[in-house]
Amino acid sequence: MSSQNTQTRREFMWDAVKTFTFGTLTLTAIPMLVGEAQATDQGHSEGEGGKKGTILFGYLVDTTKCIGCGNCMVACKRENDVPDGEFRTWVERYVYYKDGRVQVDMVTAEPFAFAGKSPIDPKTVEKAFFVPKLCNHCINTPCIQVCPVGASFMSPEGVVLVDPLQCIGCAYCVQACPFGTRFINHKTNVADKCTWCYHRIKHGAKPACVDACPTGTRIFGDMNDPESDISKSLGENRIDVLKSYLGTRPKTRYIGLTAEVV
Amino acid sequence: MHLMHMNAGEFVFPNDLNGVAWTIMIVLYPYITGLVAGAFVVAALYHVFGKKELAPVAKFALAASFSFAAFATTPLLLHLHQPQRAFNIMFMPNFTSAMAGFGFIYSFYLTLLAVEILLVFRKDIVERAQSSKGVVRLLYFALALGVVHHTPKSRAVDAKWIAALSVIGIPSACVLHGYVGFIFGGIKANPWWSTALMPVIFLSSAIVSGVAMLVLLYMLISKLRRQPVDDECLRSMMRTLWLFLVLAVTLESLELLNMAYEAGAEWHMLSQLITDKLAFSFQVLQIGLGSAIPLVLLPIGFAKSRSPAMRRAIGVFTGLLVLMQVLSMRWNVVIGGQLLSKSFRGFVSYTPELGGHEGLLVGIAVFCLPFVLLTVVSQILPLWTGEEDHGH
Repeated sequence: MSSQNTQTRREFMWDAVKTFTFGTLTLTAIPMLVGEAQATDQGHSEGEGGKKGTILFGYLVDTTKCIGCGNCMVACKRENDVPDGEFRTWVERYVYYKDGRVQVDMVTAEPFAFAGKSPIDPKTVEKAFFVPKLCNHCINTPCIQVCPVGASFMSPEGVVLVDPLQCIGCAYCVQACPFGTRFINHKTNVADKCTWCYHRIKHGAKPACVDACPTGTRIFGDMNDPESDISKSLGENRIDVLKSYLGTRPKTRYIGLTAEVV
Repeated sequence: MHLMHMNAGEFVFPNDLNGVAWTIMIVLYPYITGLVAGAFVVAALYHVFGKKELAPVAKFALAASFSFAAFATTPLLLHLHQPQRAFNIMFMPNFTSAMAGFGFIYSFYLTLLAVEILLVFRKDIVERAQSSKGVVRLLYFALALGVVHHTPKSRAVDAKWIAALSVIGIPSACVLHGYVGFIFGGIKANPWWSTALMPVIFLSSAIVSGVAMLVLLYMLISKLRRQPVDDECLRSMMRTLWLFLVLAVTLESLELLNMAYEAGAEWHMLSQLITDKLAFSFQVLQIGLGSAIPLVLLPIGFAKSRSPAMRRAIGVFTGLLVLMQVLSMRWNVVIGGQLLSKSFRGFVSYTPELGGHEGLLVGIAVFCLPFVLLTVVSQILPLWTGEEDHGH
């Protein structure tokens, strides 16, 4: 083999390497950068993670109305076939005693009626209330961010969902969710969470928990529609979110939170 | 009203009550990955930084690094709830995920290690391919990639590539293990994990564990081979071990000091983690036995005036303690961080089950696999001949 040929082959190999490297970088970097820019643009123009002229779902919990009946938990469990011991939604009870103690516990799903517990002496209690919890459907979602395969995603209406056919069950999203609302479903072996009953809301119905609530604690609707119940309630009340310091910008919002609620 | 009562003032988010999502498999994963990085550093100290006294272990260190790397993903596979989709992490990566880079970084590093080993042992492989027959010849023929001759010129090219791969390998090892730390450090939901120091802590403790493992293996295998332990080599490894242990313990302490000094919103829970929930594994195993004793004993062990026998004894003892330190550190980070419920009002508990695919027995079996591979590799390649001495 002449040195001329070797040189040519070497040059060819280097060109191949350069083309491959440059091509790969370009092909991967451009969609990433464009995708990033689009995401940023959405965040700024809409402020909520949705698109103009479209539906953007939101959820408001009026803790002042919750009576801790647990209907919502039962409805969710039945609607979504949530296994025992795993929760897409739950209701916390906060009891502030006059001696300064704060007791936090949880309403059980079944049986949810008054059963088997000795009541707290009302004279010892300063104040008490219930706080329903569910997925916060954040705008800046840590769970979607950390999913290594993109199985966690946001629907066009701003609903955070898991594709059970893509999820590899690594549980990184479970670790990343600051609100404890994700879990590995031990029946399906994939990440599970509240979907705001996406299968219902796509057809104009309300999530099962909202329909099951007898007191109007749970308000759900299109935040882009100024006439919706949620838009009106958001406009009329002082609104708070959980763990706002983490910057996840939840679309599940609250009326009547206290500092003890995390 | 039927309520799920915790102790007064305590409350754990209900989904946390099902136990930790990441079990001992995720403790093992950074542990094994750390051994990869640490063993590679010893090889690199010889190949790149000219630490000639490490020559007796340089080849073995590479093979050890490769053997651990080959099984670094096994605990992950056992942990995944849908292991059949494991490769989706490379086929359809979501690049905003810290985890998505894993497949690429890991594959790159494993390939680099494999190529470097083939080059380092190329002369032996070629000579054995020439002198052997049948299946054995086929094996060496394959390892030689079909080119069964070498010349002084080809060896010079190999040497250049070995040096280059070692140089590339050092930042790669840092990226590989720094990345493992970032998996935890980048989770803002968990105050026990969320610190920018996490990647460097993982990296420095990785190097510590790898060097300690080599110290132990070197002495164990020398005993089995009835060969003397090279005192200068052992001394050099113990000095390296001490240096990186100082770094690791300093960083671990700084992280803790910072948390305690700032005493942020979650400190009342984190302090309970340290003083109560992780009292034994953190205070006794990680700090007391695993850090304090080796920090004091190692300088005594590597002092020039120490007798070789005493040095070996201290090497074995501190090596074991340091390996335990790093394992308990992995436990305290991975498990510790999950004991704290994100309600920041209560803790869950975790005891590894004995059976099951994420149980203790499988964990022990997984940890044995690299040693099995290393034994096989040692049968195929001359890990212990000196770099210039290829005679058998």
